[in-house]
Amino acid sequence: MAATKSARPLTLVAAIAMGSVLVGCAPAPKRLYHWEAFQDQLYEYFRADRSGPEEQLRILGAQVEKARARGAALPPGFRAHLAMLYLRLGRDGEAKQELEAEKLNFPESTQYMDFLLKRMTAPKT
Amino acid sequence: MTTSAFSPGTAPWGRLAATLVVVAALGACATPPAAYDYTAFRQNRPVSMLVLPPVNETPEVAATYGVLSQVTLPLAEAGYYVVPVSLMDETFRQNGLNGPVEIHDVSPQKLREIFGADAAVYIKVTQYGTGYRVIASETRVTAQARIVDLRTGQLLWQGDATASSSEGRSSNQGGLAGLLVNALVTQIIETASDTSFKYAGVASQRLLSHRNNGVLYGPRSPNYQTD
Repeated sequence: MAATKSARPLTLVAAIAMGSVLVGCAPAPKRLYHWEAFQDQLYEYFRADRSGPEEQLRILGAQVEKARARGAALPPGFRAHLAMLYLRLGRDGEAKQELEAEKLNFPESTQYMDFLLKRMTAPKT
Repeated sequence: MTTSAFSPGTAPWGRLAATLVVVAALGACATPPAAYDYTAFRQNRPVSMLVLPPVNETPEVAATYGVLSQVTLPLAEAGYYVVPVSLMDETFRQNGLNGPVEIHDVSPQKLREIFGADAAVYIKVTQYGTGYRVIASETRVTAQARIVDLRTGQLLWQGDATASSSEGRSSNQGGLAGLLVNALVTQIIETASDTSFKYAGVASQRLLSHRNNGVLYGPRSPNYQTD
């Protein structure tokens, strides 16, 4: 929450830029989250034929750094998607951390994150 | 199970008419169309949304995931928590459900039990790709959505939206619609070569963002309960 608040200068710049684009029609929308490549990378993940989880993690990891530097909030599902990519690579420890991080940042996700965490710790058959 | 969820007190034809008015007014952006009936939406006030894999009624195989990849943004920016789409998709696969049609038949109770979401978003893609019109090389994406509360089974909202490559070329597109296309397309162009994907993004944005007769603001929006 505090991170969202400190995003002011950049979101303001973005809002002004959007405002000049949408002039005369609608009030300038101010984005709540730092989206950047997230949607493109979700599509890459679902297509599964252009790039692998390592490459997708590299791109999204760079986005995490950028968001952090700007004090911008990562979108809902972003950290959970990182967990999905880590799971693909068998990096379960990191996957768990990301699921916990999703829960911490979005308590609305608690029930589903706990469902996933429980299944991860359950003995594999 | 699901059919009983879609019988709130309002006439579906009234909604359909309202939706058509929205679509007609999108190019102009000035005059608000007839008001949508938000009674059920306001009564239920969902906090989190579960977007199920869209049912694909087009011959284009990319439609389901082209849209699913881009529906988190409008709903999250409207103020909702959106259940992570990649994990959601994987959860269904691991439970033996592979197709959107099958997934749309899962009972609201079961969805709520696993995902903990307040509402589910059922999307149907009816057009996706090139060649729906005589006009050469038009790319068009059309999708419909229904938002159903998973706690009460009530229909909270429904609507549809279209995005087309031809709208940017027509002369009266100085408005929001044309500009949104340009803005979003230039933003995505570096990373995605798939034209349909771009218009799927525009259609998703129109379908599920906060706008006239669109979804209401959610609790994470600073504008929550102001609309």
